[in-house]
Amino acid sequence: MAELVTLTEAVAELVHDGDVVALEGFTHLIPHAAGHELIRQGRRELTLVRMTPDLVYDQLIGMGCARKLVFSWGGNPGVGSLHRLRDAVEHGWPVPLELEEHSHGGMAAAYAAGAANLPFGVLRGYVGTDLPPHTRVRRVTCPFTGEELAAVPAHRPDVGIVHAQQADRDGNVQLWGISGVQKEVVLASTRSLVTVEEIVDDLEARPGAVVLPSWVVDAVACVPGGARPSYAHGYYERDNDFYVAWDAISRDRDTFTAWMREHVLEAVPA
Amino acid sequence: MTSYTADEMMAVAASRRLRDGMVCFVGIGLPSLAANLARRTHAPGCVLVYESGTIGAKPHRLPLSIGDGELAETADAVVSVPEMFAYWLQGGRIDIGFLGAAQIDRYGNLNSTVIGEYSHPAVRLPGGGGAPEIATGVSDVFVLLRHSPRAFVEQLDFKTSVGGRVRVVVTDLGVLEPRDGELTLVAVHPESSIDEAREATGWELRVADDVGVTEAPSDDELAALRRLEAA
Repeated sequence: MAELVTLTEAVAELVHDGDVVALEGFTHLIPHAAGHELIRQGRRELTLVRMTPDLVYDQLIGMGCARKLVFSWGGNPGVGSLHRLRDAVEHGWPVPLELEEHSHGGMAAAYAAGAANLPFGVLRGYVGTDLPPHTRVRRVTCPFTGEELAAVPAHRPDVGIVHAQQADRDGNVQLWGISGVQKEVVLASTRSLVTVEEIVDDLEARPGAVVLPSWVVDAVACVPGGARPSYAHGYYERDNDFYVAWDAISRDRDTFTAWMREHVLEAVPA
Repeated sequence: MTSYTADEMMAVAASRRLRDGMVCFVGIGLPSLAANLARRTHAPGCVLVYESGTIGAKPHRLPLSIGDGELAETADAVVSVPEMFAYWLQGGRIDIGFLGAAQIDRYGNLNSTVIGEYSHPAVRLPGGGGAPEIATGVSDVFVLLRHSPRAFVEQLDFKTSVGGRVRVVVTDLGVLEPRDGELTLVAVHPESSIDEAREATGWELRVADDVGVTEAPSDDELAALRRLEAA
């Protein structure tokens, strides 16, 4: 059963140095506040997993929390590059960053396999590209048709972290709108943390919503605004201006560090 | 006739190739502009699919990210990302996929991963995302890319996606299509020339015998385009 705890308690309990951690969100419901708490608590040597590492991963990488990144697209959507990610890969600042690079289809299949407790996911992919030497992918032969397919090892993070709109007092979670791989990452992970916009007395079932029953979640923390500058459908909109502004903030190491000190390190935990 | 920018010419040229009822996998930027323009002009039944899981999105304004709330609110269906890539893209249900890149070669192979060596890149680019699957999962790939010798290269630094299904490359100078497996200049835009396209290509560019001139954007097309951008 999920425990209702503070974000500070949840991160202290669930995330350890050296863990494989996936904070997921496909442009929507990105768990920014949880990422900031990882930074405040000074986690190190993390392997960060995410299909679309964007601003919060740029921040984690720039603050030296990560040893390795497993990903398929690392950019600032609609804006450009992630400068802290680039600096880590191109110059090893503040620490070198190992990459395991996939395609979106490969990442999605790896999460789905993890959720299904299978050793690998299967897809038509990677053929003819230069990706295979830089990732973990093998060829398998279909036992029925003889077709050659790509096999990607299942993602089984130590900790999966997502943001949702609502939970009830028993820790049942509901999220809606663009749901990305959030269900898969929670089910694939050994431990899971869900931050939510609000705790409600009655979780009113919405057609088409993703429901995560309390018994597949370890911790729920109420963090209103916990996805900002991403958005929470029905609660607040994406802060597009901030995504644009991040380009200048993150371009320079000193500007970035000063911004992180003021807005994350010295900020009151949610 | 109204004057227009190179980007507007690219968006209009790409949009004209979309037909009513086509199902298009759309990325942010020019592809999104082109596909939404088609829906507002000659192809109102064009189906827009964004990789965030929104199928049949009908945005009133252009999204900054492929997962803006506007896309979910106006979509026929919102599916998870694993479902999008497995059932819809790999399932062969998408006609057209738009791709951009940092580099393209004469076979339509694309690089959106790194400039320089992978292990010590001069420029680390965002990476392939869905491009490797889009390039093989859709029937026809449309590439939108500004013409320059840095982008149109003899040898890619990294092959992110394969070019076998690339049917057209629309640039700010003209239009290329594969002829006998090699990208060939088939049209130039009104303000540019064959020589300009040759100079902006890092290999010896093949030029079709019947190379044409793209029709300039009409007033109606430009008005629709600008209404979209202003919304």
